[in-house]
Amino acid sequence: MDYEPSDVTVVDRKDEITSRIPRPAEAPAPASPPQQSSETPASGLERMHATRHIRLEDLHAYYGSNHAVKGVNLSFEPGKVTAIIGPSGCGKSTMVRCVNRMHEEIPGARSQGRVLLDDVDLRGPGVDVVAVRRFVGMVFQKANPFPTMSIFDNVAAGLRFTGTPRDEITDRVNAALEAAGLWDEVEGRLSEPGMSLSGGQQQRLCIARALAVEPAVLLMDEPCSALDPVATLKIEELIGQLKQRVTIAVVTHNMQQAGRVADTTAFMLSGELVEVGPTEKMFTNPDDERTEQYVTGKFG
Amino acid sequence: MRRRHAINRAVEVSCWTAALLAVAVLAIVLVSIALKGAGEINLDFLTQNTSSFGVGGIGNALVGTGILIGLAALMAIPVGILIAIYTSEFAGRRSGFVIRYVLDILNGVPTIITGIFVFALLVVGHQQSGWAGAVGLAIVMLPLVARSCHEVLALVPGHVKEAGLALGASRWRTTLSVTVPTALSGMITGALLAVARAVGETAPLLLVTSIYPDLLVTDPSQPLPNVTVTIFRYSETPDPVKHAQAWGAAFILILFVLALSIVARSLSARMRRRLGAAR
Ligand SMILES: Nc1ncnc2c1ncn2[C@@H]1O[C@H](COP(=O)(O)OP(=O)(O)OP(=O)(O)O)[C@@H](O)[C@H]1O
Ligand SMILES: [Mg+2]
Repeated sequence: MDYEPSDVTVVDRKDEITSRIPRPAEAPAPASPPQQSSETPASGLERMHATRHIRLEDLHAYYGSNHAVKGVNLSFEPGKVTAIIGPSGCGKSTMVRCVNRMHEEIPGARSQGRVLLDDVDLRGPGVDVVAVRRFVGMVFQKANPFPTMSIFDNVAAGLRFTGTPRDEITDRVNAALEAAGLWDEVEGRLSEPGMSLSGGQQQRLCIARALAVEPAVLLMDEPCSALDPVATLKIEELIGQLKQRVTIAVVTHNMQQAGRVADTTAFMLSGELVEVGPTEKMFTNPDDERTEQYVTGKFG
Repeated sequence: MRRRHAINRAVEVSCWTAALLAVAVLAIVLVSIALKGAGEINLDFLTQNTSSFGVGGIGNALVGTGILIGLAALMAIPVGILIAIYTSEFAGRRSGFVIRYVLDILNGVPTIITGIFVFALLVVGHQQSGWAGAVGLAIVMLPLVARSCHEVLALVPGHVKEAGLALGASRWRTTLSVTVPTALSGMITGALLAVARAVGETAPLLLVTSIYPDLLVTDPSQPLPNVTVTIFRYSETPDPVKHAQAWGAAFILILFVLALSIVARSLSARMRRRLGAAR
């Protein structure tokens, strides 16, 4: 055999994206690496640095004949948090669910346009959804830990789905719990059921579960809307810390929340993107009259 | 106002009466079987072979029923669970509906007809056999297993399944690693209730595994002695000893069914608690 190992083309479909873009963990380290805790060993998570762009180009989404997202152009920038605001039913969830292709799981739903992760179209032919969802993690409105699994197994679930070697799992679970700000609260009780945690802790468990597979992008669909103010604040702080590691988009109903966590805010109305800009400008001096009306509470 | 009060009261009282009636029927059945049957239970009765005359017991019938139920469960439970997974997780709305409808019809087929069907299929031209009896019981169990497992799988909240998909698990992987474990105790409940139902069936066995020797038979290619046909046979004899033994066998049967349903209910309560927390 006279080929070089590097000439072998990757045929495994799961690695299709992986073979075309370097893994996020291999991205250059941040200028000041985050300090390492003595309890949790270093893992890719700590070296992670948000570098990936998501760009939606002329994205349309439908439920049967209901045209829920109508030609949105929007980017999620690395190192920044993008908030998506807008009245109920305007298509915020539908739009973010197109990014990790959860939209297509709904019977009768389809979408059109491009969703670019850097320069790879996640909707393109031959791109495997499993790979897409490894690169684009998601946190839902309702905390949804797996009911039969322990705290540890919940966080390990994604690693097991993707065939992570056994001996790496413990370190990566610990690192993910640390990154989700949950380690101190669950240390020593990792084998208890995930459902035994409080609502806010469950939501951070779900964040840890999403982070454990070291995604490049994290989508959060109203992650705090079922939580009390203290738990909400914790998650908002967490978002602020995580944005250095992973590109974040947060759907929220809560304008104060967008103001607190987001660098960029996008305003949607009836399936269209009305305006996007720096959060400060969106709330004080928006270009569009409808944005102004919405952020000042005149409708929505 | 007073009239509405009176109607309320009347409805309440009739509901109570109806409920009491159901409890009373169950109590009467249990108590009379216990009174007539419990006295028969002793080691000889449980270990001796069946007989047409003299004392004997039901030992070989217990073994045969165990084999029949075991074989039927091995056929019906895996197939029923696969059908349930298909209808609840994969089938489109229409095909899922059609399959569930067919299962409901199958569930409504009188079991004597199931017996005749199995007789025509497996016994005519061959001979009676344990296999034929097991197939008959499996046909009784299949729709029960499939429907009850479908119900509990459908109870697993969609947002839990979504969490699996969003982590990059395929639909199958999500089903096997997330949905089935979450529903597992409910699925076991369904399977146990189906066993409890099948263990008391007589009609599917009457034509296909009823002519058996009063000996221990463990080879399912031969007709297997079994409890329900034995009860039928003993109660048809003129011998009062055999009548009493029929009650004894009935008592054993009903104890077994009761125990199974209690275990099944407590498992399903456990699953509901767990899902209650996930809702
Ligand atoms: N599973 C579904 N099937 C059919 N139509 C749907 C489905 N989910 C959402 N829709 C429709 O798509 C449109 C956009 O809904 P979407 O959930 O994206 O809005 P949203 O902005 O997230 O609202 P909210 O703030 O209430 O969460 C709505 O008209 C809604 O009725
Ligand atoms: Mg929504």
